[in-house]
This record gives sequence, structure tokens and C-alpha cells, in this order.
Amino acid sequence: MLHFELVTPEKLVRSEEVYMVVVPGSEGDFGVLEHHAPVMSTIRDGELSIYKTEKGEPETIRIQGGFAEVNEKGLTVLAEQAG
Amino acid sequence: MASLKALKIRIGSVKSTQKITKAMKMVAAAKLRRAQEAAVQGRPYAERLEKVMASLASKVVLSESSPKLLAGTGKDQVHLIVVATSERGLAGAFNTNIVRAARKKAAELEKAGKTVRFYIAGKKGRAVIKRFHAQQIAADHEMGHIKYVTFSDAQALAQDIIARFESGEFDVAHLFYAKFQSALVQIPTGQQIIPVPMPEGGAAQGSAAVEYEPDEESILADLLPRNVAVQIFRALLENAASEQGSRMNAMDNATRNAGDMINRLSIQYNRSRQAAITTELVEIISGAEAL
Repeated sequence: MLHFELVTPEKLVRSEEVYMVVVPGSEGDFGVLEHHAPVMSTIRDGELSIYKTEKGEPETIRIQGGFAEVNEKGLTVLAEQAG
Repeated sequence: MASLKALKIRIGSVKSTQKITKAMKMVAAAKLRRAQEAAVQGRPYAERLEKVMASLASKVVLSESSPKLLAGTGKDQVHLIVVATSERGLAGAFNTNIVRAARKKAAELEKAGKTVRFYIAGKKGRAVIKRFHAQQIAADHEMGHIKYVTFSDAQALAQDIIARFESGEFDVAHLFYAKFQSALVQIPTGQQIIPVPMPEGGAAQGSAAVEYEPDEESILADLLPRNVAVQIFRALLENAASEQGSRMNAMDNATRNAGDMINRLSIQYNRSRQAAITTELVEIISGAEAL
């Protein structure tokens, strides 16, 4: 499972284990699964899709401005606004 | 000696003052909890941003083309002092302390031959700075409508300051606010916000090659103004918590002082009442004896 965190300046919105997250990167959407190579990308305003399980329907959260970082610990999205 | 009636009125007045200060203390305590919570919740973002900044800083080499927010304007002449104070008074020495720290810094800078300008954020710092530095006020940011500080408030402030920086109004910016340590202790603090001071210890990053999208420089350029906003947001949150803590303290002291005063006045009142009764008795007895 992928450890996923969504943080805004006001609070920690999400911190959970998920299957996959699709991030609206500034150069195009990208999906992050477990063991993804380290990436750092700015994000554009758009929808973040969280797939809790492989087959399930994604949950979407609107995010605005910020960036995403993937490292060995998982995915961290720092957004200015979420929800 | 004051008459009985005057004393009674006085006691009544102190009592109602005490009621007010007591209520204000309770309100401040409740607000403090909320402000503290907000400050705690804002921490993860600031921490992670700092980590990312550190790892970027170790990869980007300063050059002519580096963003100004990072490298500075190349000069160190005009300093902007941002003074963040509260909108309301009756918070003990809270605002005084912040303004004093800011003015101390200003005096130091002026001694070193720099030009100092003030940027006012918050109503309570306005009066003092206007009195002493009327010619040096660069701007007066209206914060009166803000009840609980949100990130967009901080962002508006940051954008205004950055715009001024980019138009060349100043070279270095300092931010003064009160750091919240506990409900009893708030420390007036000054911190440089522009150029962005780079956190150290970036070398501790793992050896894994990180892919940057678009590239390090553009991410950094995107991150810098955000960092300024986050620093300001953090300061405003700390300030909000400090203000409530300071007020709670001040009102607690005021309530206690009022209690002492009531005790003292009550003793005085009872003594005068007794004295009056004694006099009356003596008059009656001596009158009866005379018959």
C-alpha cells in the first residue's frame, strides 16, 4: 500500500494507506503507486483522485496550488487549498 | 475619610469591573485553545515545506539568474520591518513588547546607516509607530475584518509585500511578532523573511535520484513566494495564540487586583460604619447622662 498525505497550511487533511493516487501535475497527471520512483512536481489546480483499492471507485478532492513529493516513505501533497 | 455612600458606590463599581475582567479572561482562555489548535495544525505543512526547501537548496547553485527572493537584490540598504500586532487592546504588554522589539531593531539598523521603513499589520502597533516614525511608514495593511486568521489572509499580506519587493521598494524584510511559548510566556521575535533564509542540512537527503518536474529552478521559483506566505501565516497564528495568552494573563491579574481592592474597600467601609455607630452611641449616652 502507498502511504499518502495531503497537507494544507491550515491542517493535515489526509494521512492514510491507499492503493493509488492520481496527481494533477503541472506537466500532466500522473498516478502514484507503491514503490514509485522519487519525484517532485508542482501541481496545477485540479482534482486529486484517490483509489483506496485496486478495483474501487476513486474519491476526488479538489486541490489548488502547491506541489507533490514522492519519496521512499510515500506521497506527500502540499496544497494551498483542498476540498 | 470618604463617606459611607461613596465607599459603597466605589465597591459596586470595582465589583462590576471585576465581573468584566473575569468574563474577558474566560473568553481569552477559550479563544486561546482554538488559536493554539490552529497553530498546531499548521505545523505539518511548514515542516514539510522546510524539508523540501532544504533538499532543493542543496541542489540549486546561486547565480545571477537565481530568483531574487532567494538571492536578494544584491544590496542591503533599505530594510522593511513588518510589525504584526493585534487588533484589540487589553492584552497586557503584548503589543508594546512587539513594537519595542521592532523599534530596537530599527534603531540598530539606522545606526548602521541603513534606511528603515515600517509595514504595519494590525491596529495596535499603528499609534506608536505613527507617533515616532510617521515619515517611514511604507504601508498600513488592514486586518480588522479578520476574525480567525486563514491562509488566504497571510497570502494577501505576502503578495503585497512581495510586490513591493519586486518593484524595488526595499532589499530586506524582517517580520516582528510574538512567539507563543506558553499561556504565560510569549517572546517578541524578529525574523528575516526576504530574502528567504535557506534552511540548512539538505545534504542529509537519500542518494536516490529525484526527478524534478518541471525542473529544480522553476519549482524553487514557485516555492519561494509560497514560503514567504507560510512564514507569515505561521507568525500570524503564533501571534493570535500569544495575544490570547497574554490577554488571559492580564485579565487574570486584573481580576485578582480587583478582588484585593474590594477587600480593602470593604474593610474601610465596615470600619467607617462601626465608627459612625460608635459616635452615635456616645452621643446618645452622653445626652442621657447630661439629663
